[in-house]
Amino acid sequence: MSEDLLKSFRFRIEREAKWRELEALIRRAEEDGLRSLGADELLRAPGLYRACMSSLSVARSISFDANLCAYLESLSLRAYFVVYGVRAGFGQLLAGFFRRDFPRAVRRTGWATALSALLLLGGAATGWTVTTQEPAWFEAFVDPAMAQGRTPDATREELEAAIFRRPGAADQLTAFATFLFQHNARVGMLCFALGAVFGVPVVLLLFYNGLGLGAICAVFAGQGLTVDFLAWLAIHGTTELTAIALCGGAGFHLAGAMINPGRRTRLAALRDTGRTVATLVVGAVVMLFMAALLEGLGRQLVTDTSLRLGIGAAMLVLWGVYFVLAGRLGGEGTRQHGD
Amino acid sequence: MATDAVLRSVLTPEGVPIGVELADHGARAGALLVDLLIIVGTLIVVAVVFLIAAAVAGNAAVAVFFILSFFLRCPFFMFFELRWRGQTPGKRMFKLRVVDRRGGALSPYAVAARNLTREVEVFMPATLLLMQPGTEEVGAVDNLLATAALVWLAIFALMPLFNRDRLRVGDMIAGTWVVRSEPVALLRDLTTDPASRRYRFTKAQLDVYGIAELQVLEKLLRQPKTQTTRETKRDVLRRILDKIDWPDREAVDGPAFLNAYYAALRAHLEQRALLGDRRVDKHDVAERRGARDPTAP
Repeated sequence: MSEDLLKSFRFRIEREAKWRELEALIRRAEEDGLRSLGADELLRAPGLYRACMSSLSVARSISFDANLCAYLESLSLRAYFVVYGVRAGFGQLLAGFFRRDFPRAVRRTGWATALSALLLLGGAATGWTVTTQEPAWFEAFVDPAMAQGRTPDATREELEAAIFRRPGAADQLTAFATFLFQHNARVGMLCFALGAVFGVPVVLLLFYNGLGLGAICAVFAGQGLTVDFLAWLAIHGTTELTAIALCGGAGFHLAGAMINPGRRTRLAALRDTGRTVATLVVGAVVMLFMAALLEGLGRQLVTDTSLRLGIGAAMLVLWGVYFVLAGRLGGEGTRQHGD
Repeated sequence: MATDAVLRSVLTPEGVPIGVELADHGARAGALLVDLLIIVGTLIVVAVVFLIAAAVAGNAAVAVFFILSFFLRCPFFMFFELRWRGQTPGKRMFKLRVVDRRGGALSPYAVAARNLTREVEVFMPATLLLMQPGTEEVGAVDNLLATAALVWLAIFALMPLFNRDRLRVGDMIAGTWVVRSEPVALLRDLTTDPASRRYRFTKAQLDVYGIAELQVLEKLLRQPKTQTTRETKRDVLRRILDKIDWPDREAVDGPAFLNAYYAALRAHLEQRALLGDRRVDKHDVAERRGARDPTAP
């Protein structure tokens, strides 16, 4: 009787127990996580996985049982997800990110970031100049919701009050800070995502946000509050604007891959740069969060102009040192980056 | 498996290609909707709690609400795709999964990349549409920007419809794609059925079909026994009998005959394949493959 059996069926009889064992393991890993597996089970899993892969190869060539092939295919795929899933713990991921990946990504995209900082500052300079000469432009540059009464019509007292508000009135500003954080984080992410469409919108976005900044500057400068305003801005602004510049740089880096993909296809170029760039944006969002903290808390507590300037400058130096030095030692990065 | 399934393959580090089926547009939209409902639902609950508490906490409540909404959006997707190996609650419900296109491990940066762009693909259009009505105070530049942005965003959102791998922009940047991930059960081997030994076939009778027809027959035999299945089986039986010129048609026991023919055909085709002669379907005749078949005259 046994020589009557098909070779493909005999193959199945021989291997089925292993498949079933793997399937049970995978199901438990899928439902309760890898931690639910015992040590000996974890030890057996890779062997079972490879056996399953080899079964799949054999089944494809010798068995025409469609269900068997589909089963092995789906089992291999599920096992593959478990074996090649994201393995590092959250803490490990975070440490690797800040110690190595983020500063490296910043260094790799240095020129793009410089370009975006230049655009942001150029926008600010333009906004300042234009608004100084013709205050009516202010409304075109600044969203009224953002301006919050800091318009060219405001008196010196009102503007001073906006800069040196006492901690007692912090509530309003906390809300504003979070709004701003949201706004800026979004500008950052927009820069990143729009980079994929050749970078043109990134240029506009950076320049437009620069314009608004310059326009507000001009309003304060018109009342002789230039230094006080810059200090008010710098305490968090050095962190925040650096982050936005990084996002813009990320956008340009992506755009560069799209415009000049080299020997790769555009899709492959996008994929290769995408991960570096995502690293940048995640880091920038963290920076924006710190900026919002500095803005929401630090600025309410520190109302002295020179101290505010000092903190702002210190943050700038800190970021500079971090980006230049961090992650240079410590050997090869294990993370994969396309470029 | 749907008939319009789009198949791709992922090459694992072991060098074995695994076939995957790209996720359906509808299923992906559904999964996104489920995830958004969870996010919005959570936000509404928190908002209500804070509205009650707002009498005491003042504007700080608003601040907390904004921060929370920010931390619930993109990080929600990232957290689950990292934790659940490429799945979010919505994707799990619709049996979808995010996979690296080149077959490597799904890197945390790929997950970050594909979800950061979500901000642009989903959340920005939503916000823009919600904010449009209050146009009175918005400057002309803003209006123009909003309209232009809306057009961009429409392009982003519809992207999966316009490329053959159904990639969103996030998938392109991250080097991922979304596939169906549904367990397939291992069923009984049909050739073990005792009924499959009741009939004997000649080589000529088995030479009329190829692998494609064999697997169509397998699918039919595995279907649940409903009225329509029975009718299809009768129809298929008649056509096979015609094709192989079976002499004693009246005495044939339908189900047993189909089973026997399946077993014999599979044995025959697998045997030929072992000798290097893989017959894809019934149109795949030996003469046309002369170059490939060493035994051909």
